Amino acid sequence: MTPLLAGIGDIGREHYLVVAALLFTIGAVGLLVRRNTLIMFMCVELMLNAVNLTFVTFAKALDDARGQAIVFFTLVVAAAEVAVGLAIIVAIFRRRQGVTADDVDLLKG
Amino acid sequence: MDAVIFYAFSALVLTGAIGVVVFRHPVYAALSLVTTMIAIAVLFLAQDADLVAIVQIVVYASAITVLFLFVIMLLGVDQRETGPDPRRFQRGAAYLLGAIIAAEVLLLAGREWAIGTAPGDAPLDDAQGGNVRAVAKVLFTDYIWAVQVVSVMLVIAVVGAVVLARRSRQIAATREREGVPA
Repeated sequence: MTPLLAGIGDIGREHYLVVAALLFTIGAVGLLVRRNTLIMFMCVELMLNAVNLTFVTFAKALDDARGQAIVFFTLVVAAAEVAVGLAIIVAIFRRRQGVTADDVDLLKG
Repeated sequence: MDAVIFYAFSALVLTGAIGVVVFRHPVYAALSLVTTMIAIAVLFLAQDADLVAIVQIVVYASAITVLFLFVIMLLGVDQRETGPDPRRFQRGAAYLLGAIIAAEVLLLAGREWAIGTAPGDAPLDDAQGGNVRAVAKVLFTDYIWAVQVVSVMLVIAVVGAVVLARRSRQIAATREREGVPA
């Protein structure tokens, strides 16, 4: 490693945790700000990915494969959420020709 | 080298994430999401999570994003959000809440964690089969019931998605009667 990079070369647990924290925040703000339901779903994916990154970081810190095994369960939940969520979006679109969250504010068809 | 990889791909992760939120066009947002997913896979690789990194690319960067793009194209909603925001105060509230969330999670991330030590019976690298074997061993011994339950849940989700997305005959009949184009 070159001397220039030696000072900032210690990439530890905190570095990854901070990236995960920022990623989670961007996802949360996007979920609140955007009105297109498809993009809101993408923001949920960002938040789930931030959680996965945290799991993998702690797995590395503890040298324990269980942390990585948990990621698979998060992954399955994300896949199920996308499948059902997109089906709901398609069903809503058939009825009212739009995917903006503000269009769907009544508890009736 | 570790530092270069970390900073380069962290920047890519965060740029892609901001792109998802900022792009008005849903297709651009989806492509931005792919960037983030692949960069996260590299961060996984940098932390000895080989299997998780590959699954991240196969499932997240490919399958889930293709599903998103497919629905965007199918519905023809590849346009900007229309009309003014009917609830203007929401935006300011969202940024305020975002700042609070950021402060909280950054505080948590920067803390010294009292995590103790792992039992040590499931190291990241199996001597015989590497990371893949280590993760598989944990999944199919300690977490075998969780795996079973989660697979049942996945089946239920797929069946539910088919039921929801199928065009119901009743609705179609009602629309025909009212003269609404299906």
